[in-house]
Parts: sequence; C-alpha cells; structure tokens
Amino acid sequence: MSAVADFLDASIRTATPLLLAALGETVSERSGVINVGLEGTIIIGCIAGVATATTLGPTGGLLAAGLAGVAIAVIFAVMAIGFAADQIITGTAITMLGLGLAGTMYRVLYGDAGAALTIPTLTPIGIPWLQDIPIIGRALFRQPLPTYLATLLIPAVWWWLYRTQSGLALRATGENPAAARASGIAPRRMQTIGVLFGGLCGGLAGGTLALAQVGTFAEGMSAGRGFVAIAIVALGRWHPIGTAIAALIFGMASALQFLFQALNLDVPYQIFLALPYVLTLVGLAIATSRYRAPAALSVRSRSAAE
Amino acid sequence: MATTVVLSSGTDWTVTVAAPRLVLHAIKRHYGPVIALDGAELSVRVGEVHALLGENGAGKSTLTKIAFGLERPDSGTMLIDGAQVTFRSPRDAMLRGIGMVQQHFALVGAMTVTENVMLGAHGNLNARATQDQIRRISDESGLPIDPKALVNELSVGAQQRLEIIKALARETRMLILDEPTAVLAPQEIDDLLSWTRRFANAGGTVVLIAHKLREVLSVADRVTVLRRGTTVLTADAASVTEAVLAEAMLGAAAVAMPETESTRIRAIYRAPVISLLNASASDEQGVLRLASTNLTAYASEILGVAAVEGSGQRELLRIMSGRLRPTQGTVQLPAQVGFVPEDRHRDAVILDATITENVALRGAGERRGIMSWSALQQTTTELMRARDVRGDDASAAMRTLSGGNQQKLVIGRELAMSPAALVVESPTRGLDIRATAEVHEALRRARDAGTAVVVYSTDLDEVLMLADRVIVVTAGQVREVPNERDVVGRAMLEAAT
Amino acid sequence: MMRRLARTLLELTLAVWISVVVLAALLTLSGYNASDALLALWRGAFGSWAVIASGTLVRATPLLFAGLAVAIAFRAGILNVGAEGQLIVGAAAATAVAVALPPSFGLFGVALALLAGVVFGGAWAAIAAVLRVRFGVLEVISTIMLNFIAMHATGFLVRGPLQEPSRIFPQSALIDQALRLPRLMPGTRLHAGVALAVITALALAWFLRATASGFRLRMTGANPDAARTAGLINVSRVTLSAFVVSGALAGLGGAVEVTGVTYALYENLSPGYGYTAIAVALLARLNPASAIGAAVVFGALQAGASAMQRDAQVPAVMVTVVEACVILVLLASEWVGDRAMVGRFLNRGGTPNALNASPDSPVRPT
Repeated sequence: MSAVADFLDASIRTATPLLLAALGETVSERSGVINVGLEGTIIIGCIAGVATATTLGPTGGLLAAGLAGVAIAVIFAVMAIGFAADQIITGTAITMLGLGLAGTMYRVLYGDAGAALTIPTLTPIGIPWLQDIPIIGRALFRQPLPTYLATLLIPAVWWWLYRTQSGLALRATGENPAAARASGIAPRRMQTIGVLFGGLCGGLAGGTLALAQVGTFAEGMSAGRGFVAIAIVALGRWHPIGTAIAALIFGMASALQFLFQALNLDVPYQIFLALPYVLTLVGLAIATSRYRAPAALSVRSRSAAE
Repeated sequence: MATTVVLSSGTDWTVTVAAPRLVLHAIKRHYGPVIALDGAELSVRVGEVHALLGENGAGKSTLTKIAFGLERPDSGTMLIDGAQVTFRSPRDAMLRGIGMVQQHFALVGAMTVTENVMLGAHGNLNARATQDQIRRISDESGLPIDPKALVNELSVGAQQRLEIIKALARETRMLILDEPTAVLAPQEIDDLLSWTRRFANAGGTVVLIAHKLREVLSVADRVTVLRRGTTVLTADAASVTEAVLAEAMLGAAAVAMPETESTRIRAIYRAPVISLLNASASDEQGVLRLASTNLTAYASEILGVAAVEGSGQRELLRIMSGRLRPTQGTVQLPAQVGFVPEDRHRDAVILDATITENVALRGAGERRGIMSWSALQQTTTELMRARDVRGDDASAAMRTLSGGNQQKLVIGRELAMSPAALVVESPTRGLDIRATAEVHEALRRARDAGTAVVVYSTDLDEVLMLADRVIVVTAGQVREVPNERDVVGRAMLEAAT
Repeated sequence: MMRRLARTLLELTLAVWISVVVLAALLTLSGYNASDALLALWRGAFGSWAVIASGTLVRATPLLFAGLAVAIAFRAGILNVGAEGQLIVGAAAATAVAVALPPSFGLFGVALALLAGVVFGGAWAAIAAVLRVRFGVLEVISTIMLNFIAMHATGFLVRGPLQEPSRIFPQSALIDQALRLPRLMPGTRLHAGVALAVITALALAWFLRATASGFRLRMTGANPDAARTAGLINVSRVTLSAFVVSGALAGLGGAVEVTGVTYALYENLSPGYGYTAIAVALLARLNPASAIGAAVVFGALQAGASAMQRDAQVPAVMVTVVEACVILVLLASEWVGDRAMVGRFLNRGGTPNALNASPDSPVRPT
C-alpha cells in the first residue's frame, strides 16, 4: 500500500507549485489580465529562491522568490496595463526575459560547472497524530510550508473575490472596465493589484519548485508549469475552488510516473513527461467550449488608458 | 440647508438666492484636432428637470461626462452648490451626489442586480442589506426590479431602471440621463419621464439629454441648447417652441431638410424578394430568439422593423441578409443582399485597412486568384465620387474618414452591385442631420430603383418615417401593424409585459 | 514603398542599438568586460565573409522560416507561439525520410525530405488550429503545450526508432552526403536553404499583397467580425488554413536545418528558434520581406553570442534577455509613438472574442 501513499504524497507535492501559480493567475484573469509571462515569473522565483536560500535560509528564500515574482510582474503591469500593450505578446516577452535572466544569473553565480548545487531546502513539517493516518496521512499532513500556505490561500482568495468590496470591484473590472469606472472604481488599479498578486504567487510557486520539490536549480526547470497553470485556471472555471481541484488532478497526472515505476511497467518514460501537456490540451478542449471567461479578459485597456 | 450666494449687496442690504446645484463655466475640451467643447456653459438649479439639447456632435455627451468626472476639461470651471470642484474620476462626482446613466449602460452583465448596486460602494459587502435597500428604493420610486436577477437577463428598460436605482442607492441628488429614451418603447418613455418629474418635485435635480423636442418640452423646466461645442440658448421650457429650439440646434444657416416625400412608384404586382417560411433562430445557449416566422419583403418597398432591444429583431435581420442560417425553417434569398449592420466599426468596416480594401471586402469570400488593385482603386474612387464620400484618396486608411462618410461608403458599397435586397440596421446612429438626410435619401432611391429595403432602427421615429410597411417584433414573434405611432408603440410592448 | 523601407531600416537600427545597450548593461552587471565580450560578438557575427556566410546567414535561416511562420499567423489574427514545436516536428519528419531513402534519390530525395517537414509541421499546427476553431482553445497555451510534447517526442525518437545504428548516442543516423542541401559557397556552410528562405519570404510578401487568399487572410486578422459580416468570408476556414501554412513554414525551417546544417536529428536541435522568431516577426512589423532583415539581425546576434561564449566565456543565454527587451521596447514604442505600428495587426488578442468589446473609444465625441 506504500505505493499509493507515495503516489498521493507525490501528487500533492507536484500540485503545490501549480496551485500557487494558478490561484494567482485566477485573481489576475478575474481582473481581466491574462499573464502568459507566468512561466517567466516562476523561473525567476526559482533562481531567486536558490540564490538567497544559502544566506537567508529556505524560508527566507521562499519569501525572496515571491518578491522577485512581484518585481517581474511590475514590468508586465507597466507594459500591459500602463502602455496597454497586447497582453499575450507582452507575456511571451516576459517569459523569454525570465528564462533568459534566470539562465544568465545561474551561470554568472554558479558557473557552468554542471555539478549539482546543494542548497538548504524546505523540509516537510509534520502535524502530530494526523500525519500518522495510514495512506493519506503523509500526503496531507506532512508537507513543506508552501503546501499549507497554498491550501490556506484557497479559502482566502475565495473570500477576497466573493466577500469583499475590493474582490467585487476586481471581478467587475474583468467583466466590464467601463462599468467599473463609472461605478467609481479605478480599473487600472484593480488590474495592477491582480497582476502583482499573480506575480507574488508565481514567484512563490517558483520558490516552492526549487526549494521544496527539486532542491536545486536547472535551466528551464519551470518546464511549462506557467502555461499549465493558465490552463488550470480555465479548467477551474476562474474560481479558486475549481482551480484547486484542477491543480490536484494535474498533480496526480504528473505523479502517475511514480506509480507506474513502482509497478515496473515497460513504457517509455517520455510518455510520462509528455502526459501533463497532453492532458492540458484535452482538458482545455473540454473546458473552453463550456465555461465562460471574464468578458473583458485580455482586452487592451486603450479606452481606460485615455 | 441651502447654500446661498450673494447676488448683489449694498451697505445695508444683500440679496441672496439658493446657489445652482451645478454650474459649468467656459468649458473647453478637444480630442486631437476635433474641438468638442468651446466655452460651453450650463447652469442647473435645484429641483428642476433641465434638458440639454443639440445635434449629434454638439458636445452634449462630452459636457455631461465632464460633470460626472468621466472626462476632464482642458479649461473652465465647475461649481457644485456654489463651491468650485475638480473631478478626477466618477468617484469624486458620486461623493458630491452626482449620478449618471450613460447611453451605453455601465452594468456588469454577468452579475446580479444586487452585485451591480454594491459595486463601488463603501464598507463591507452585505448582500442581504443591499437587497432590502433595492426593494425599498424600488417601492419608493415606483421603478420595479428583481434584486436577484442576472443583469444579462433583464430587458433594456429594466437595465435602465437598475441604473437609476444604482444612482439612488448612492443618495444621488442630481442625476444625468444621456439620451435615456432612445432605446425605450413609447410607454416606457412615458414612465421614465414621469419618474424624472416626481424626482425633481421631491427636491432632486435631473439633467436630461435628448434630441426629441416633443419629449423635452413635455417634461423639462428649463432647456439649454449646445451647438458646435458652445451654448447658444438657455431658457424656460414654457417660453420656447419646437421651432425656436430647432433653429437654435441647427443654426440660422441650417440646411433645409430635403424633401422627404419623393415620387413613389406604386408597382401593381409586387415581386417577393425575401421570403421566410417558418424560420426560427436560437442563440448559442439554445435560447429561442425568433419563433417560427413567416415574412416576405417585396421589391420596391421599405419594410420597417420596430422592436424593443433584444426582441429577436437582430436575428431576424441577419437571417434576412443571409448572415445567419435559421435553426429551423427555410429562407429564400436573392443572389445579392446588401447588409448595413448597426455596429459599423465591428461588423462593417476595417478601420486599419485602406478605403479600397474596405470596398474590395464586399464579395471577398468568393474572390479568386490575383487582386487587381489598380482597377479596384479606380472603382473605389468612382464610388466615393458618386456617393459624395469626402476624404483623401482611395488608398487612405478607413480610419481617416468621418463617421458619416464611412456610413455613406458602406451603403454605397452594399448598393454597388444593385442587389435585389438591402437590409439596414440603425443606419444613421451617430450621424449629424445632414448625413442622416443623405442616408435616408439613398435608401429611398434604392427603393425607387426596385430594391427591397428592410430597415430597423433603435429610433422608432426613423422607422416610421421611412417605412412603407411596418412589422413589429416582440419576444421573437413577428406581425404586421399599421404605420401609426400609437399602434406600433403599443404593439412593441404587448408581448413583453 | 520607399517610406516603408526607410522605416524598416530605422527600426532594424534601433533594434541593434537596444541589443547592444542591453547586452553591455547585462555584461557589466554580471562582472564581464563588456568591450571584450562585444568585440567577440562582433567578430563572431561579422568578422569575415566566411563568418557572415557560415555563422550569421546560416543562423538567420531557421529564424527566417520560423519568423515567417509567426508573421503569417499573427497577420491572420492567430497567436501561434508554437513555431518551436512545429520546427522540431518538421526536422524529425525530414530526418526520418532522409535516413530511410537510398542515396541514389539525390536532390529529389532532399525535396522529399523537405516536403515531409512541410507536411508534418503543418499537421502539428493543425492540432492547435482545430482546437481553436472547434473548441475555442487559446492557441497560445495549446501551441506551447505542443512544443513540449514535440520536444519529448523527439527525445523518444532519438532513443528509439530513429536512434543511430550503434545505439550509443541519443541522436539519429547521419543523413547521407547525397541527400543534403547543396552548398552555395565552397569552404563555408552557406547552403541552398538560405536562398530558399529568401525566396519564400518574397513569395509570401507577394501572396499577402496580391492574391485574393492573402487579402482574406489580412482582413480576417484585422477584423474577423467585419470579414465575416461584410465580406462573407469563411473566417474559420481562413484561420484554419493560415494556421496550417504557418506550421508548414516552421516545419520547412526544421527540415532545412537538418538537411543543410546538422545532418542529424537530436534533442536540442533548436536553441529556441521558434521563440526568437516572435521577436523577428515583430521587428519586421509582420512584413514577410522585412523579416529577411530582422532574421539577419537576430541571426548575427545568435552567431555572435556563440562566439562570445567560446571566446569570452559569456553565457549565450543572455541573448534571450536581449530578444525579450527588443520585443518590450517595440511594444512600448507603439504606445509612445505612432499608434499605426505593430499592435495594429495584433489588435485581436488570443481569445476568439478578445477585442469584440470595443466600448466607444473616448477619441471621438458623440
């Protein structure tokens, strides 16, 4: 039965960064901004976490990762909200910027020795008693800090979006910025808040990936997670709880390889590597045709920018 | 407590009166090279319905947007209750008790009535309390609304009531209504105008933008007329006539309206051009928009379509123009149908393409092989001359043409191949009086040349003026009615209520 | 015509300057000697005729093919950021054909290999095209996913069915001498694919301007609603075919790369050509003819970066940052300066109805 426990544990572990990034993106998209630069934000979080963990400790590294995510989101916000540039193209450029900067910083800081970098990592925190529950105990109650953080973030984001004035204002901006403005809301302020929150979560996701999951930095280690997270948002119908469920399904799909390895099946491992991406395509095909995105998503804010 | 201003004073006497609620003085505003306002004046007293009149482009919307903080003036001063103010956003205006219902409603369609009212309010969200508040305001003002309804599912009239209730919930003391009657059926117009009267009598203030003089004179206390960005007249409504207002709006040198009643060819046998047989249409969600309709449009007639927004007339027009296939039933269409859609910038022209490319767009779906651009350029130049489209040469971007010239080009393009039928939707929206007259003339000439012309307009009077025959669409049902304003107006609302 | 040429040249110069400034700043910040590194870059890109031919122009070729793929897609309102995957799939298909054919096929065999690249590149894009047209899936996400799938599929191929005979290295067998693209200049790596790329670019420019299909494609990209309503254009069909053509162009680029440069398929065949292609297309203002110049600029940058890594130990990945900065500055210049630049064509966002809601812009008073 330990294979199942391993599988569940791995599912939660791989789902955590996706969940963090997707929750942030949910807020951003609800304000009407799709940030395809999430991929670059995550990798910047990775390198920032790794570079600071040695001096600040793993928790400090995680925090630094989040701040680095905010920093890169500022660039995106200036372009996409301030200059009203096309969100998708700006996002693509931000992803390239993030991948390039992270790669450069890594080479500059550590040379291209290729030797595995050892850094302090975020270790699992066990909750007494609960962690000893068979099969699910380890998966749910013996996880590193970011997993608990992400879990708490689900109801927090829900409460923000649906139970506060600023959440209502943010959602209204994503649906109809002109109406929001006529109601006394500053649409660009709401969008900036959404984008910066998305950057914070993306950076934390990167930090989690590097400090809690992989334990080192590798070029291109974000491996499309930013894009998968954007797909998860659509699958989760732009709702934090839906997003959480979708992220968990993806975590399970990615963790399947551990289960299959345990079962000793003779399948090329590239199939497992490609599986999450195939699943994303299938999921999107199902979700997009059924669910409605925020009406003003990715509409350039020319008129609001006047 | 009324704020007062000193009118004049001597050593031992002063005369004071209540300060006007709103004063806009010497307001200027330009958009690029276009001057929208050139020293406009407006003074609105407490407790009055103040009508703001002017042609399209006279600056009415811009002036009121400035009063509501949606736009900022280049220069000029604004006083609220005697105190000078500067609005940076609508929020500032709301804090001063000013509300506005814009022509295009500022509502979030995917949210409920309650959520829309809560939008931009202060403090914590309290849906229950807001619902109670909506019910109370609704009862007091006589504007019925369901607090839990989704805005997308409300009729246009109900959406307008919601806009007013939203403003009342914020304790608005002065409400600006931008052409509120344009989208309403006659009965709804009466309800709205009598509400403004009650609101003003209770101490509120209303600024009413309108272009129908009869409506204005029936309700307003005072009238201000704008022409080309300046105020040309402010007077008590009781002291002016429609003729005086019309002259103020158009100017002394105004062009005389062209002769509307042209020689009408009465064909003895009218050939059917478009026939619908049990045609139905559903939207993407599967909601029935048009129910099993039988309808024929004949050669040499203008068929007027009257409807309240969202009654299924859009689907009907798109089926008649071959742009939409009915989900059931059959349609017989001629080989060529011209179509002039309402949303010109979205559906009719490509602003970034050249004028020639926009003309070449007609029939682009069937075009084969190489484009003969020099020939197309020639055709376009001739079309521009024939239709009196004023602009640079045919290779200039569509964007460089004014709205009226764009519309004339679109109508010219759609009529260029002498189609057997022409379907038009709000053909003069946003055009000035001269351009409007030219468009109407073009439609009549097409009719006289044998084309079956189908006209729908949000402006009922435009439909009634043009139509030889009138049909009314209500809740997806079509029927023919006599061309009489009262009859049509009643028919438009019948199935809806 | 002359004005457009002048503007293209001006913007290429601007892009070069941005690149130099950003690179110099990055180098200095990272503690390198900026002038040494930039000198190495210059030598690696334009140091001699041989370097220009073997380095810059050879590097520019896949960038031009992929850049054309991106440009044609963007012009049609499709945000295809999957040129990378389509290029890899094209390369894999061309390799599979070239390795299987007997050498006696000669140039005909090369043509078959290139054709395979075209077909499979187009087919790979067709997946995303169908997902968008039938299901409304945002093509930015789907094409990126397909990029990763293509990468892992290649990883599987070079360790499985296509692995070289000794089964040691993760790469395909070498393509026979007779089935390679001929060299244009003896002593350099300048191959016939370079000429093919330039001809393709000019042909595409003519296609967009002069043909009815090109007209439909441009009008659909500029305003699909008006194209449908006023032009009675079958927008789905135009979108579908433009997407497939876009993929085919990228696939051809991959096929040219294996038959003209690498002669074998391996996992990291493309150092991100498909992503740099976005910068190429934007710098060219989505104009196929201008893309030739833009591809040379970025080809030089990449060739120079390799030399810089070799001679001054500066990580070549820095160039990605430069490319990103060029895109960002181009986007910002659109806002700052003339609004009639890039974004005009890109007005349609990725979502099928992204820009439909055009609330009355405050630019015109009512």
